[in-house]
Amino acid sequence: MEGLLSLAVKAVFVENLALSFFLGMCTFIAVSKKISTALGLGISVMLVQAITVPTNNLLLTYLLAPGALAWAGFPNVDLTFLGLICYIGVIAAMVQILEMVLDKFFPPLYNALGVFLPLITVNCAILGGSLFMVERDYNIAESVTYGLSSGFGWALAITAMAGVREKLKYSDIPDGLQGLGITFITAGLMALAFMSFSGVKL
Amino acid sequence: MAQTKRDLLVDPLVDNNPITLQVLGICSALAVTSSLQVAFVMALAVTAVTGFSSMFISVLRNQIPGSIRIIVQMVIIASLVIIVDQVLKAYAYDVSKTLSVFVGLIITNCIVMGRAEAFAMKNPPIDSFIDGVGNGLGYGALLLVVGFIRELFGAGSLFGVTILPTVNNGGWYVPNGMLLLPPSAFFIIGLLIWAVRAWKPEQVEEREYKIQVVEGH
Repeated sequence: MEGLLSLAVKAVFVENLALSFFLGMCTFIAVSKKISTALGLGISVMLVQAITVPTNNLLLTYLLAPGALAWAGFPNVDLTFLGLICYIGVIAAMVQILEMVLDKFFPPLYNALGVFLPLITVNCAILGGSLFMVERDYNIAESVTYGLSSGFGWALAITAMAGVREKLKYSDIPDGLQGLGITFITAGLMALAFMSFSGVKL
Repeated sequence: MAQTKRDLLVDPLVDNNPITLQVLGICSALAVTSSLQVAFVMALAVTAVTGFSSMFISVLRNQIPGSIRIIVQMVIIASLVIIVDQVLKAYAYDVSKTLSVFVGLIITNCIVMGRAEAFAMKNPPIDSFIDGVGNGLGYGALLLVVGFIRELFGAGSLFGVTILPTVNNGGWYVPNGMLLLPPSAFFIIGLLIWAVRAWKPEQVEEREYKIQVVEGH
């Protein structure tokens, strides 16, 4: 249990997907103009991340890993090279399913998240989460924790960024730096701040 | 045809650079630029994937049903990335270890999807291939510039060859360690954008709010 807790804290702060691995940067920069939209996107990412990382973990353990097909009578088959295509397929399918379920049972939430859900398929943070899960050999409990907390970390980062940018638009910025340029520098400063967590050991 | 083939190739390098102007594919631009060698391999990989995915998608563009086109594009891109990944593992194992998950993340690199969706679905294969390569090169150029600055001033070397002998090795150059840390990539790209826009003022974004000087204050 303690191991899971420290994994969660590590995934949120020390190894924040957005600010220390720069995953999901495109959406991070493009959709962080207003706090409300940033929050909506953050929540959707967290939701999708919490579903896809464990699903991909099951897929890896029972289908793709070397020897994983032993239950079907193929103990020598190694399908890890198919990993990438399977993970992205799972992500695309999960996003689609989530969209339909939300539409059917939670229409207000669906309307709030609406445009962001399809975008999430191509969000590197989601695929990145699954790939880190593979690289670090998480088991199923760890992948649930990791999925949830890394999604939370991403949501935290984009909301904070949106907060900064809402204030920033009133400031007097040199012409060439306007918009994209200053956003990058802001993100850099935030990443520096988050680096101060990196010495923290739990 | 409005654009010649040369325009398709050269245009994305500066005038319509995927990173500084279209804000696409930034994730990997930041994470893989701490050394020039890695940045070079990544640039090459992305250019190959963008070029070929645009070409294949363009070949199939009349067969792909509109409603499932995203999935089809994904499958084509993912297959190409798997090939790149396997090639890297076979011939450049060390580099592929350093790149770790970022090779896989080419799949979700918005440049690839963006070009497939915006250009390859509407244009013939050869043009699409050139457009893909052009955008890959525009991305690669920025990657190389950032990698160059970070490795030269952060570690005093280029491609692992010492250029500025560092103090630790008995030289005179005190390396700027911050440039090896991830946040420095943000600053460098931010400043690069500033530089490009100072050179090409038509790229400057409109202000949302103007500061006005009111008489009598």
